[in-house]
Amino acid sequence: MLKLINFSIKEISEKLDKKEISSVELTKEVFSNIKKIEPKIKAFISLMEKEALEQAKESDKRRANGKKLSAIDGIPISIKDIFCTKDIKTTAGSNMLGDFIPPYDATVVKRIKDAGAVIIGKNNMDAWAHGSSTENSDFFTTHNPWDLERVPGGSSGGSAAAVASGMGFASIGTDTGGSIRQPAAFCGVTGLKPTYGRNSRYGVIAMASSLDCPGVFARSSEDVAILLEIVCGHDLLDSTTVPSKKFKTQNLNVKSSSKFKVQNLKLGLPKEYFGKGLDPKIKEKIMEAVEIYKKMGAKIVEISLPNTDYALAAYYIIQPAEVSSNLARFDGIKYGFSVEKADSKQLSVNSLIDVYMKSRARGFGDEAKRRIMIGTYVLSAGYYDAYYKKAMKVRTLVCRDFNDAFKKVDVIITPTTPTTAFKIGEKSQDPLEMYLSDVYTVSANIAGIPGVSIPVESINNLPVGMQILGPQFSEEMILDISHEYQKITHHHQKVPNLE
Amino acid sequence: MAKLTKKDVEKIANLARIEITEKEKNKYSAELTEILGYVEKLNKVDTKNVSETSQVTGLENVYREDAATEATQVDKDKNKNREKLLKNAPAEKNGYIKTRAVLE
Repeated sequence: MLKLINFSIKEISEKLDKKEISSVELTKEVFSNIKKIEPKIKAFISLMEKEALEQAKESDKRRANGKKLSAIDGIPISIKDIFCTKDIKTTAGSNMLGDFIPPYDATVVKRIKDAGAVIIGKNNMDAWAHGSSTENSDFFTTHNPWDLERVPGGSSGGSAAAVASGMGFASIGTDTGGSIRQPAAFCGVTGLKPTYGRNSRYGVIAMASSLDCPGVFARSSEDVAILLEIVCGHDLLDSTTVPSKKFKTQNLNVKSSSKFKVQNLKLGLPKEYFGKGLDPKIKEKIMEAVEIYKKMGAKIVEISLPNTDYALAAYYIIQPAEVSSNLARFDGIKYGFSVEKADSKQLSVNSLIDVYMKSRARGFGDEAKRRIMIGTYVLSAGYYDAYYKKAMKVRTLVCRDFNDAFKKVDVIITPTTPTTAFKIGEKSQDPLEMYLSDVYTVSANIAGIPGVSIPVESINNLPVGMQILGPQFSEEMILDISHEYQKITHHHQKVPNLE
Repeated sequence: MAKLTKKDVEKIANLARIEITEKEKNKYSAELTEILGYVEKLNKVDTKNVSETSQVTGLENVYREDAATEATQVDKDKNKNREKLLKNAPAEKNGYIKTRAVLE
């Protein structure tokens, strides 16, 4: 049989329409691939083979009756384990939720199901999405398919590794400070963090609510666009979703007959993203990609985002502040890990407060505790103004930087990460060092703007990501621009050798 | 630069309702001091006359009808939902989540 993982969602969908293959066959091939590869990669917390094959059978029935639901009907995809899935264990990569079975679906999951996709499993992640490597998962670390000794990035590392190694055609992840774009860069796939409020957060286990963005991983920007159209849009259950903004693949220039005109565009290169700390080889690869746009006729403009350095510091105040508040609900009483289930005599649990303190001590890992404590500190009486309020003001300045920049240029191009994938264990002993790996991605979350990471040419067989940032609700433009690059290059089609 | 002493860490952990050991107090005192030292670079930014941003897309006061709506993402059968929710709780009694005395 053809090696199906080399095809795009669009191509596979056509094969399904033409009955060249059935969804059941496709799903079986994905699972036979998983059986070979997953022991090396460990991208999944839960696999749902039985359910997936049933969904595939239903999909085949719909197609046979001419009742195809969408472009992803019958296509196997995976979901980060931070999205609630009805009656399926949802852990957020944490011991705290190690046995949690939600009675409802996240809105994004519901939309995927309503579109007929086949859900193959739930992806590994840093616990609570706190991390950049999946090493903070309370269960195990995912391995980078391009080099098994390296991290896949994080927090959505399981999603990126699964897509990169052909365990499903796409994955749904979340991005709070780079958690889609950074692993997409490390694993050589295309990852989109949409505008804040583009996708519903309902049913997503909350990390930092003013920054969290559900988004999409796939091999190409075209496939990302197909998925985004299905999951995005207003949701009555999340009042921060923006009602008036629509994303439609038919609005994409790649879809219309008129040739997309890169030559009319101005691409900005912010000098703060190309300076100290950036691996010079990555700079070279990004500049080669920029050169391709230049050849297409785009204007390249050097710009400045002066508060870049401060964005990361503001992020590491705002984000833990929101984390401490969101994780306060895990009290050992309603759901999640509780010492009441353990031997409470042995742990000398004698009062309600003991239940709180001891359940949280045992249910949360190191990184969650660090963030909860930082957040508690910066929000506490006497420190609020100096830290939290200050960070919220700096947030305004970061937004202004982008607004000013987008008056001069259409989009901004940067490296997604300062280095290629680092070795497992290399940064896990130094939390601050790990935080610094988000330096090029957090600003987009601070300002709520969309960003896509696409693979450019690798360095020593390790993928390199180029980030394209646009103004709020400009997903159509940034996906068009990345598609132009992917039309004439093949970096996004490269697959790791895992035989 | 702010240094978080063991005593500070103890106080924060208590506010955050997390029991910590002596060993953890030392560890977090060092780690949290390092992280706070990093974020303190914000003191160098002039934010005079700058307002705070908490909502980036500019939405405010989103209203809806004050009426019950049918939940679409759960089971239709309300008893089944109740059962599922209780199953996630560590202790239940007579169909309610059981907890220790709040007032003693």
